Amino acid sequence: MIDIYSELTAIIDKDYVSNSKEELYMYGRDPGLMPAHEPEYVVMPTTVEEVQAIIRLANREKIAVVPKGGGLSLTGLVIPQKGGILLDMKRMDKIIEVNEKGGYAIVEGGTTHGALKSHLLKNYPHLRHSIPDSPPIATVVANAVIHGQGRLTQQRGFNSDMVSGLEVVLPTSEICKIGSCAVSQYWFSKGPPLPDLSSLFFGWFGTTGVITKLGIKLYPCKKYRDPVLFLTDKAELVPDIMRKLGRTEMIEDLVVNAQPIPLRYKDNYYILFYITGDTEEEMEFKRKMCWSALWDYFEKREGGFVSLVPEMKAPMLSMPSKDTTRFADVSKGGGFEYSGPIAPIEKYPVYVKKLIDLAEKYGLFYSSAARMIDGGHSMMFSFSYTFNRADPQTMKRAKDALDEAAEFAIENGGVMWKPNLDEQKITMAKMDPNTLDLMMRIKKLLDPNGIMNPGNWEVSK
Amino acid sequence: MPKLQFDKARCSTCKAVSCLTKCQYLSLDAASAKKEWQKIINGEDSFVLEACTTCYACEEYCPHGNHPFYMIVDRQEEQGILPSPRPIITMWVNQCEPVGKFTVGLMQEKALSYCFLPHFNALAHGKLFEDIEYSVIFGQEFFCNAVYLHYAKTSLIRARLPGILDNIRKQGIKELICLHDECYATYASLAPAYGIEVPFKPVHYYEYLIERLKSLKGMVKPLGLKVAFQRNCSTRLIPQMDAVLDDLLKLIGVERIDRKYDRKNALCCAEIFRMGKGPDLADDVQKRNLDDMQASNPDYVVFNCPACWDSLAGKVAERGLQPIHIIDLCKLAIGEEQSLKLAKMEAEV
Ligand SMILES: Cc1cc2nc3c(=O)[nH]c(=O)nc-3n(C[C@H](O)[C@H](O)[C@H](O)COP(=O)(O)OP(=O)(O)OC[C@H]3O[C@@H](n4cnc5c(N)ncnc54)[C@H](O)[C@@H]3O)c2cc1C
Ligand code: SF4
Ligand code: SF4
Repeated sequence: MIDIYSELTAIIDKDYVSNSKEELYMYGRDPGLMPAHEPEYVVMPTTVEEVQAIIRLANREKIAVVPKGGGLSLTGLVIPQKGGILLDMKRMDKIIEVNEKGGYAIVEGGTTHGALKSHLLKNYPHLRHSIPDSPPIATVVANAVIHGQGRLTQQRGFNSDMVSGLEVVLPTSEICKIGSCAVSQYWFSKGPPLPDLSSLFFGWFGTTGVITKLGIKLYPCKKYRDPVLFLTDKAELVPDIMRKLGRTEMIEDLVVNAQPIPLRYKDNYYILFYITGDTEEEMEFKRKMCWSALWDYFEKREGGFVSLVPEMKAPMLSMPSKDTTRFADVSKGGGFEYSGPIAPIEKYPVYVKKLIDLAEKYGLFYSSAARMIDGGHSMMFSFSYTFNRADPQTMKRAKDALDEAAEFAIENGGVMWKPNLDEQKITMAKMDPNTLDLMMRIKKLLDPNGIMNPGNWEVSK
Repeated sequence: MPKLQFDKARCSTCKAVSCLTKCQYLSLDAASAKKEWQKIINGEDSFVLEACTTCYACEEYCPHGNHPFYMIVDRQEEQGILPSPRPIITMWVNQCEPVGKFTVGLMQEKALSYCFLPHFNALAHGKLFEDIEYSVIFGQEFFCNAVYLHYAKTSLIRARLPGILDNIRKQGIKELICLHDECYATYASLAPAYGIEVPFKPVHYYEYLIERLKSLKGMVKPLGLKVAFQRNCSTRLIPQMDAVLDDLLKLIGVERIDRKYDRKNALCCAEIFRMGKGPDLADDVQKRNLDDMQASNPDYVVFNCPACWDSLAGKVAERGLQPIHIIDLCKLAIGEEQSLKLAKMEAEV
């Protein structure tokens, strides 16, 4: 009988290989609602060669490999559906290079957003990257793998759009460079002018390889940054307000919140956006442009700006937003999941109505944050429900609500973001069959033994 | 529902109609003011109801102790006029709703009210509050609700205030020292104007500080400072307190500079105008006020109201002036330090 544990300890220092019950228990679940399933081994590599050796072993033994970053994607994407080896990327956490003039950083496969943020703040305070509002242990790579969105998404698209190159260990164990870095020592582009192969790794949830390095674009930090809060009590006005603000091209991030508590949120939609600038004059000009874009609503008394006091501004300026994380545990017991369709912004009113209807139907506490993407070409709309993990009944109700939300979102033109297994099935069932076929052929080509994060993007036989 | 006790007869013989002719945001001569005011009294439409910025000042301009501002607000509400956009009003209505969360300290018959303003947690400590600092009420359950005068919602004040007063009474409070000027104005002016009985003695914190400083006489060192005072909207509901402030400042050796926008001609912090009328008016009022403060070359700009502090203290500091709350000014006079300071806001970018 082959002793995989011993083989793994021959690859990686035994302190970082485990098959102990407690660890398998922890690595068998995430904070969301998908059923647990434990891996057989957990490993924490530090080098690309170690990753390669693990993949080779997994191919030889036809066992699963599941890469994991912070494990915060919440939809079960890091739950090892078929057991096998869980590849915890946390120790591959270096910031390899910051190319100040070129405006990019190269990080390893497990470097966190928090670490990159502090590194930049300390050493390159004039540069920043697009930080998502997940807790700071979320990894840069995994966030791009799931097409996450951050503080610069309104201006520059999905965080994966801001990637400038990759190094990947393919499911067949070769190390492969993607983008300009395949030809040049500079990591300035993930594709162009070459065929853009980076899309073989984003949106695939680790089923097409392990990303070991990633180039991420950096952008200037403006001297001033000011949150602006606009309220309306009519959901049907929200899409136009978003569009109008987006089209000023004056704003940074834009998020619309809907939730019943704290009480000041009740019965209104909170449209929070940011203005940035290098001079007071630039700030004032942008502020005025935004006011005039929304003046009609103001005059008709259907929308208004809130004068923000310093205590209100402070949490809005924190990155990631501490409020999001606080909300995630509002029911106590650490349960939080959201279904987040990416959808046209005009769907806001029907989605928000469904969010509230479902909260009532299932007796849950709701909230939604809708982040505008790329000037208004789409939005991420979250149907968020919290639950206490020690209360299986609430968990069941939350899961039912989220399933119903996902069905509704897809019927209404949305495409599920970071879909869980059930949502992947609904998505594939709705997908153009030739597209699905192409996806499956690519996957088979890259991963002939089906070892990478199996269960995901699989058509059930 | 309690009704406004307004004496129409006084208006019928009033020639100057100072309530409207003195208004800083309308320009009306006595004849047209009389016409518009009559319409308002009659419950008819008047442009004044839309144009009013809700600065509260007419309440002070009436020399006959009538309540023109409360009347305006009643009429605005009757006519469905929204002084601010509806969602802003909704936000205010919801966020101050009493929900049964009582935040109280070690209660005595004499107590401090923080209203719903956390600033007082920084301010109300030290020698000046030695025996009373833990006898405190705070939060929605004790919130005076006068703010709804800005939002054409006297009905909400009338509905909530009796419950608030009862909450205070149930704490066994006989004497309530109002650290927020607006609370005192509610209990000393607004509630009586609507015939709502106040079951305790409201004390303005100016009066409390005067008494306290007198008892600490040996410690008080006159400051020899000149200050510009920022007069807030609710002072207009209790103009009698302006002279008490003068007494207080005298006691600590502080000169209140006679500047253009103080006293009857004061400009409020104007942040309510931003939400109700838009940025142009608010920016103009704030600029005029700040220019005037600067020109008066004060050692400090003195604040009475924490909401003014939030709106203006930062802008005051940007002009190289020093903002301070009245309580802190008194603390300086007894050798203590300023406790309410500007929050350092560092934008994470
Ligand atoms: C309170 C809260 C707020 C949030 N706000 C946001 C937000 O504003 N924006 C946003 O985008 N997300 C948000 N999220 C969702 C999520 O936390 C983030 O997207 C986060 O970046 C996911 O990163 P992770 O490291 O936790 O990913 P994981 O859950 O560890 O992994 C996600 C996927 O990537 C794969 N993977 C991991 N590492 C690799 C690798 N090296 N190579 C190949 N595949 C890999 C995994 O197998 C999995 O399929 C939020 C979550 C919470 C709890
Ligand atoms: S409210 Fe006062 S100032 Fe105005 S008309 Fe009546 S009495 Fe005169
Ligand atoms: S409240 Fe102010 S703006 Fe309104 S009428 Fe009275 S003085 Fe004029």
